[in-house]
Amino acid sequence: MTGFGLDAVYGALMPEGEDFLGIQDPYELFQKHEDMVLLNDKPWNMEAQAHLLNDYVTPASKMFIRNNGLIPQKIDLENWQLTIDGESAITQKKYSLADLKNNFEPYTYHLTLECGGNGRSEFNPPAKGNQWTVGAVSCAKWTGVRLRDLLEDVGVKSDAVYIGYYGEDSHLSGDPSKKPISRGVPITKAMLEETLVAYQMNGEDIPLVHGFPLRLVAGGWPASASGKWLTRLSIRNKVHDGAKMGGASYRVPCKPVAPGAKVLDENMCIIESMPVKSLITYPKTGAILSGNKNLKINGHAWAGELPVKQMEYSIDFGATWHLCKLKQPTNRLAWQQWDVEVNFPQKGYYEVWAKATDSSGVSQPTILPGWNPKGYLNNACHRIAIQVS
Amino acid sequence: MKKNLHKILKYLFNITFFLFFVVVTLLGITLFLHHKPTWRLSSEVTKEEKSTEQENRVAVDGKDIKTGLLDDKGIEVVIFNCTRCHSAKLITQNRANRQGWLAMIRWMQSSQNLWDLGENEKIILDYLEKNYAPEKQGRRKNLSNIEWYKLD
Repeated sequence: MTGFGLDAVYGALMPEGEDFLGIQDPYELFQKHEDMVLLNDKPWNMEAQAHLLNDYVTPASKMFIRNNGLIPQKIDLENWQLTIDGESAITQKKYSLADLKNNFEPYTYHLTLECGGNGRSEFNPPAKGNQWTVGAVSCAKWTGVRLRDLLEDVGVKSDAVYIGYYGEDSHLSGDPSKKPISRGVPITKAMLEETLVAYQMNGEDIPLVHGFPLRLVAGGWPASASGKWLTRLSIRNKVHDGAKMGGASYRVPCKPVAPGAKVLDENMCIIESMPVKSLITYPKTGAILSGNKNLKINGHAWAGELPVKQMEYSIDFGATWHLCKLKQPTNRLAWQQWDVEVNFPQKGYYEVWAKATDSSGVSQPTILPGWNPKGYLNNACHRIAIQVS
Repeated sequence: MKKNLHKILKYLFNITFFLFFVVVTLLGITLFLHHKPTWRLSSEVTKEEKSTEQENRVAVDGKDIKTGLLDDKGIEVVIFNCTRCHSAKLITQNRANRQGWLAMIRWMQSSQNLWDLGENEKIILDYLEKNYAPEKQGRRKNLSNIEWYKLD
């Protein structure tokens, strides 16, 4: 790949601010499917609906968009550099995109990325932020170098604790001294073989809105740990202290609290692996069945760092549960496909509920899990409505 | 004859040039007025800009067309102070009591460069508390807004 012409292409996509008439069509701008739901236009945030996520490999057109700041307006491929530094780095090195592609072994993994706030809209009392329903999750095929290979190339001191990322996005206020987000992962997660510094998604350049030209990808963790437009990784000798690492951001009470409780900063803990969860991706909610009372349904299940060991469904509001067929994931941290044929005993209104159980025996709750100030980690069972007439 | 034609052409050319000049000037003025970088602090923004914002507002079915905010007392102050960095969609999709909205304002002031709102803070909180208060709901709502369709 060369940089020829790409500057112009991405310049033309300029997703910031407003055009002359103050109108921007995000569906055209980001080439998203028309059923995607726009949650916010500054910063850009967009989610899928469950039925859009039926593909095993999520195409770019159906991948949710989560931004804390403004997308970079110019991508200078020729001079793009990834710097690795930090208190716990033995040396400091800079890599061009060509260095990464030519000097390191490439790896490809299917990696589940779910926004920590997926499902926030259901919490009560309501939690502030974008009101995600179920569609802030994806599982695309990411290609790049192992972060571990880069870290070993630089050399990691024994006191390393965390990797902090820095990207090219800019703060909403326009203040150049502020970063919209700078998070990361503990060194143990960074060293896992599936943690990538990716330069491709689904076999192509990563779309601009998803982090072109370089993205840290830490599957199974809140997607905010997977920094976009990556230019710098710091090997820290303490928990990274970048933007959105403290306060209520991507953190939950260390101990359970009552709904609406005020929680002090020192009692909040960083979210690591995401909890067990599943989606019914076929059929779309609202199906009316006539005569034929058998319905094939299918979807995906995932459980952060863990595999899913069992998938069940209920058509009587959780009174009885029935097993589904569950496939193995393509690789660790990929979501798993499930399917089953459902029989509805009589005419009427039904809800199909789906429930996954992870390898440690933990299942999805049927009502909301523990309330937390920012409304993270809602992994309550997904439900669709069915009418048999 | 030839001289007349020359005169007419010259006249037409002058008119075209003049119109072109007018269009370019108008375009420049519009772009200049339109360009309001967010990093300009609220105190730097002139009264004229503020009043233009108010005059241009159109509400239909109780909602401000441009922002989608509910049309109510204080909306101009809310648009002016709350949509310079982020979209109004961040307001319309959220619900909180007065204390909750105040906490968001304080968070934006401490970490996101939001300015001191002065006496506008009360106007903004009154507006948000009244129009974007939480609804009572249990641990899970009924499924709603289902678009029914026939599945063969």
